[in-house]
Amino acid sequence: MFASVTALAWVSAPILSPPTAPVTAYVNATIYPISGPRLERATLVIEGNKIVAVGADVAVPSGATTVDASGTVILPGLVDTHSHVGDGNGADSSGPIQPDARIYDAINVRSPEFRRALAGGITTLNIMPGSGHLMSGQTLYAKNRRARTVEDLFIRDTDGWIFGGLKMANGTNPIGDPPFPGTRGKAMALVRERFLEAQEYAEKWKAYEAKRAKGEKVDAPSRNIGLDAMAEALSGRRIVQHHTHRADDILSVLRLRDEFGLKVVLQHVSEGHLVAREIARANAPCSIIVLDSPGGKLEAVNVSRTCGGILERAGVNVALHTDDGITDSRLFLRTGAMAVRGGMSRDGALRALTLSGAEMLGLEKRIGSLEPGKDADFVMLSGDPFATKTRVLKTFVEGQMVFDFARPDDRLYAVGGPGAGTETRPYLCCQGGQH
Amino acid sequence: MLTTVLAVSALHPMRQADRPVVVTADRLYVTPERVLSPGSILIRGGKIEAVGETVDVPSDAVKVRAAVATAGLIDARTTVGLSGILNSPGHDQDQLDQSEVMQPQLRALDAFNAQEALVKYVRGHGVTTVNTGHGPGALVSGQTFLVKTHGRSADQDLVRVTSAVVANLGGEAGSRPGTRAKQVSVLRAELTRVKGLKTIEKSDLKSLAWRNVLDRKTPLIVHADRAQDIASALRLQREFGFQLWLEGGAELPLVMDDVVTAKIPVLLHPTMQRTYGDTASLSFETAAKLHSASVRFAFTTGFEGYVPKIRVLLFEAQTAVANGLPEAAALRALTVEPASILGLSERIGTLERGKQGDVALFDGDPFEYTSHCVGTVIDGIVYDAGKQ
Repeated sequence: MFASVTALAWVSAPILSPPTAPVTAYVNATIYPISGPRLERATLVIEGNKIVAVGADVAVPSGATTVDASGTVILPGLVDTHSHVGDGNGADSSGPIQPDARIYDAINVRSPEFRRALAGGITTLNIMPGSGHLMSGQTLYAKNRRARTVEDLFIRDTDGWIFGGLKMANGTNPIGDPPFPGTRGKAMALVRERFLEAQEYAEKWKAYEAKRAKGEKVDAPSRNIGLDAMAEALSGRRIVQHHTHRADDILSVLRLRDEFGLKVVLQHVSEGHLVAREIARANAPCSIIVLDSPGGKLEAVNVSRTCGGILERAGVNVALHTDDGITDSRLFLRTGAMAVRGGMSRDGALRALTLSGAEMLGLEKRIGSLEPGKDADFVMLSGDPFATKTRVLKTFVEGQMVFDFARPDDRLYAVGGPGAGTETRPYLCCQGGQH
Repeated sequence: MLTTVLAVSALHPMRQADRPVVVTADRLYVTPERVLSPGSILIRGGKIEAVGETVDVPSDAVKVRAAVATAGLIDARTTVGLSGILNSPGHDQDQLDQSEVMQPQLRALDAFNAQEALVKYVRGHGVTTVNTGHGPGALVSGQTFLVKTHGRSADQDLVRVTSAVVANLGGEAGSRPGTRAKQVSVLRAELTRVKGLKTIEKSDLKSLAWRNVLDRKTPLIVHADRAQDIASALRLQREFGFQLWLEGGAELPLVMDDVVTAKIPVLLHPTMQRTYGDTASLSFETAAKLHSASVRFAFTTGFEGYVPKIRVLLFEAQTAVANGLPEAAALRALTVEPASILGLSERIGTLERGKQGDVALFDGDPFEYTSHCVGTVIDGIVYDAGKQ
């Protein structure tokens, strides 16, 4: 039986396989694969939504559409590890810990902010709920595809799981009147209690699954959607994306991480340069913000342009983020340039805009660099990535051109002007509109 | 880059002020259009005494070297020193008092904290003179004044006690009065009242401030972002004949012809200001458009609440350069133009002989994101910036 099925499949494969996806070769470009050194007069070959070849001596496959990209610079699509585009929010004011709230139940895909992010070369974003809670909900790792509904933004794992993190915060933002904590000590106690509860919950389910696997008939424990998300964090599948500014708060996050075996990305890390050695020793990835000046609150007053370089030299994996609307998605490359201004290496800053971000979302096998087999997410620039006058010319997500500075509609979102702040027209898939 | 500066930074600024200073740069912008490469200036007694490819170097001179030197940058409209580095209500927000709708008598001089960390921060990014004062959030929030960024005291660093009175329209005016029509009516009623006064008591600071505006002794800054608010500002100007400086201008490209016709200078919104509400239509290209239309304009950092990202004047100019503004025009809008608008052309804005010794020093092209400001000179006093 088995053999015959195989034989049938073998024989019929040429007939049943889908038509070959269109192949496009971008030739003569300066390419930063990030996974390797910069390539001159190089070729990037895309088949459908995937990269199939990158290199200086890659032959253009026969039948491929060839695009002369000479004079342009190609980078992987930028990964923004901390964004608030899409008008969404997570937890409400009912309590400080709400892991049940999912940001994707609140996102407006017609927000112009998605188009502005594309104008900035951002192809993947970690869309987060706010930092006014100890735990404000589940984040969404969104592909910046042209979307009709939020589902069009999802990145799914092989089992259908929707990629996203768990947003947490410490320091002054989540402090308030009860039921919110009044002090840092109380904040940590509340979080630890809840994680201990989640541990028990996860163990109950583990025991149940084990018994069921043995064929025992047992009642399932009652489901708790919030604890489900925290259990995913305890298992390491759902990465904790933890807002933190002050040096002592950074160390508190690491203490929590180690107690519960969480996977944590430190977010903002405003005083990271003051505890760079401790962060490096803890092997903690940092997604940092680069601001033109300090300000906004006391605990972030030591934020410094030098943080990225200091962390990099200490051996820390550093990614950059916009925290849009704190900084502007259209200027994400400039954020990289400002990190260089503050002392980061050029290579480090380029990695921080791409592959390091992908690693911090657990998506490094799919995105973040230009390598065969990865998603065809890339950005075409007019020149050096960190030069003032360099423009994002085109942005591609999974092989599709989703931003083109030459199109007036896209240009409006790139530079602003009347209409740039209003909702975008819906994409109509089935009524002759573009998709 | 500024090793010489590092050596002198240990000197007390006042003692150093007695010594002549020679600034030498690979590219020295005497004016935005006239570049010496290399070039030097000699500053003595706080003033530029000589300019050339080389100058005589006095034996006691403090010698400063950098890749690029320009005139000290001038922020044509900011709240620096009234608002502080924390930008946090209850700590350092003296740019706004909302107890009354109109308070043209509030002097910036009395609220400016020269030793505020933010003053040093902007100086470290090339700014040597600011037009700073009361901010948005009230219909008439107070006055602005002119001050250098030495960081000593408001009185010591003072350039001019009153440079303008500030009015705000539309969403910038706060919640009282409640409509745009009422904002304009309240302003008109007040200006009409003061116009009709035969005499003004010495103690009537409010009316005196308005009288100076009506007599064109003090300009009126009107902050207007929406097109209809800009039109209102121009209409008010035509009715009362005051000297108008238009601040903001997010929707200025929509009414460019009117602004050109009115021949008023523009204190342009920060290029990277957040876009929402009245600024939703703000464009990175407005500076380039103003330049093309030959409208006089200067860069500003204005005011932004919460986490501000528009405090570095140079960065706002860089983003304008990234969006079509020629570099020379950008340098003009950071130096020559604000000096001219603020009535300081005789004193600052270029590195010509006779001007005050205000210089910004860079380790590369100032408009490149990755270059640094490495120091400033103000009235012949050298301030090291490290590598900002």
